[in-house]
Amino acid sequence: MTVAIIARLTFREAARRRILLAALLLGLLFIIVYALGFYFVNAEIQREGTRPLEQNEIRNFLTMAGLYVVNFLTVMMAVLTSVDTLSGEIASGTIHTLVAKPVRRWEIVLGKWLGFGGMLTLYLALMAGGVLAAVFLISGYSPPNLLRGVSLIWLNGLLLLGVSFSGGATLSTLANGVLVFGLYGVAFVGGWIEHIGSLLQNQTAVDIGILTSLIIPSEALWRRAAFEMQSPLVAAAGFSPFSAPSVPSPMMVIYGTLYAGAALLLAIRQFGRRDL
Amino acid sequence: MSTNSEPAIRVTGLRKEFGDKVAVANLTLDVERGEVFGFLGPNGAGKTTAVKMLLGLIFPSSGSGSVLGEPLGDHRTRAKIGFLPEHFRFHDWLTAEEFLRLHGSLYHMDGAGLDHRVPEMLELVGLAPYANKRLRAFSKGMLQRVGLAQALLNDPELVILDEPTSGLDPVGRRMVRDIIRTLKEKGTTVFLNSHLLSEVEITCDRVAFIKHGEVLQSSSLQSLVAGELTVEVRARNLRAEVVAGLGRWSENVRADGDRLTMTLIGEQELPEINRYLVAMGVDVYSLKPNQLSLEDLFIKIVGTDGGL
Repeated sequence: MTVAIIARLTFREAARRRILLAALLLGLLFIIVYALGFYFVNAEIQREGTRPLEQNEIRNFLTMAGLYVVNFLTVMMAVLTSVDTLSGEIASGTIHTLVAKPVRRWEIVLGKWLGFGGMLTLYLALMAGGVLAAVFLISGYSPPNLLRGVSLIWLNGLLLLGVSFSGGATLSTLANGVLVFGLYGVAFVGGWIEHIGSLLQNQTAVDIGILTSLIIPSEALWRRAAFEMQSPLVAAAGFSPFSAPSVPSPMMVIYGTLYAGAALLLAIRQFGRRDL
Repeated sequence: MSTNSEPAIRVTGLRKEFGDKVAVANLTLDVERGEVFGFLGPNGAGKTTAVKMLLGLIFPSSGSGSVLGEPLGDHRTRAKIGFLPEHFRFHDWLTAEEFLRLHGSLYHMDGAGLDHRVPEMLELVGLAPYANKRLRAFSKGMLQRVGLAQALLNDPELVILDEPTSGLDPVGRRMVRDIIRTLKEKGTTVFLNSHLLSEVEITCDRVAFIKHGEVLQSSSLQSLVAGELTVEVRARNLRAEVVAGLGRWSENVRADGDRLTMTLIGEQELPEINRYLVAMGVDVYSLKPNQLSLEDLFIKIVGTDGGL
């Protein structure tokens, strides 16, 4: 009951403060630009008489490029909307009247998480849906394992949402922002080191990448998503910047799921123990 | 289960440290049910920290206590408590009505109950015409009013008000006083955290003075101010033997020309003193008892250093 009230409040706050509107308008702009670009490239490859198999390789590459941006925006959305929800309300004192009610603290954290999680889900559904719909309507192409791939992007968003929550339950807003983006940056760089290391067949570089994936598996989740959705030929050639020659194993997906859950539990624990 | 015979608030040896800083040293306090209790002390005396410990917002470093018969921090007990924090900040994108409905739902009040209760509360704090206005557009005084309405929504058994009148104009202060009086008539316990002594003087039954997180003195307001009555007399013909004769009522008589001051234990001796002066041929122009104000007492008990 309380969880639902807080979740609804969180959702309404984002709507009322026009955060959702801004995100969706910019998202729409992105999809329009993307669709235009895709339209012209698609027209070009058809005119040049590229072989159908190669045409689909190019379409797959472009779809991955679009989803790569969607993944990035989803992560940004997860972090930017939630980075001050706990720390900010603690600092301002808004949280005091809530916690002084007959509610348990974990209900507030879980409610907020569900509110932001719901928003994130909606955002991702519209953005990924927009990219995939544009590709399909223009060219009739659709990449394999769509649901699995988009679910991994979704998990990536929830993972960073959890990290942002656990930071916010302990740190100030600014420190939390530095922490979350710092971790994300580590994962990002680590992912590329692994990627290049794998191309050069340098095992040390690959190990560094795996290690950073353990610190925070967000980039690994994206690479697994890209692997699921890439076309078989790209997988064989292994040259696309959006795919992964070194593919995170299904264990990494399980690890990511546990990580996301643990981050939320940590947030609940920290918020439950601290002075307000 | 709690019974109504237990005090509304009972804390023993409550202590809170933030790192090296001791915010509340050793707080021991009983607040009876149905009384209006004033919690007084200079800025930084630990009043707000103490209040937050009562509500479970801050966890004590040591010590124990109960509120309405249940241990500190019990979330179910908070259904019977109303709280207005000192630095109130609310979700300012909500309208006054939405805000109260939100907080009512957190008190687990149902929609039908809120349909009735929310307008009633807005009326009580004089915000009925602003029900659909967003809190962002509210003045500090209006926010304090809506915060007060929020604290009374659930018809609480215990109301904890942390500096409820600090942002209010005289009209608003009178409103708060009237509300506290109504609460008292209903038997609600009111815990008033304030440094506005005139407010406390008018509304409270009992007060505790705290400094450095410790209770210096706690007693009923009447007994506090009763022991000290200064009388100021303006009269002509105040001869030395007349002044000396006043010694039987007061040990502390000071005469200065036509003016004379003395301290008494109570006002019951005033008529007799007046008769004595007249009988001695003194022309009395005025005889004015000055009760020691709470402010005088505050400074006497807490000291002039303000707890710094």
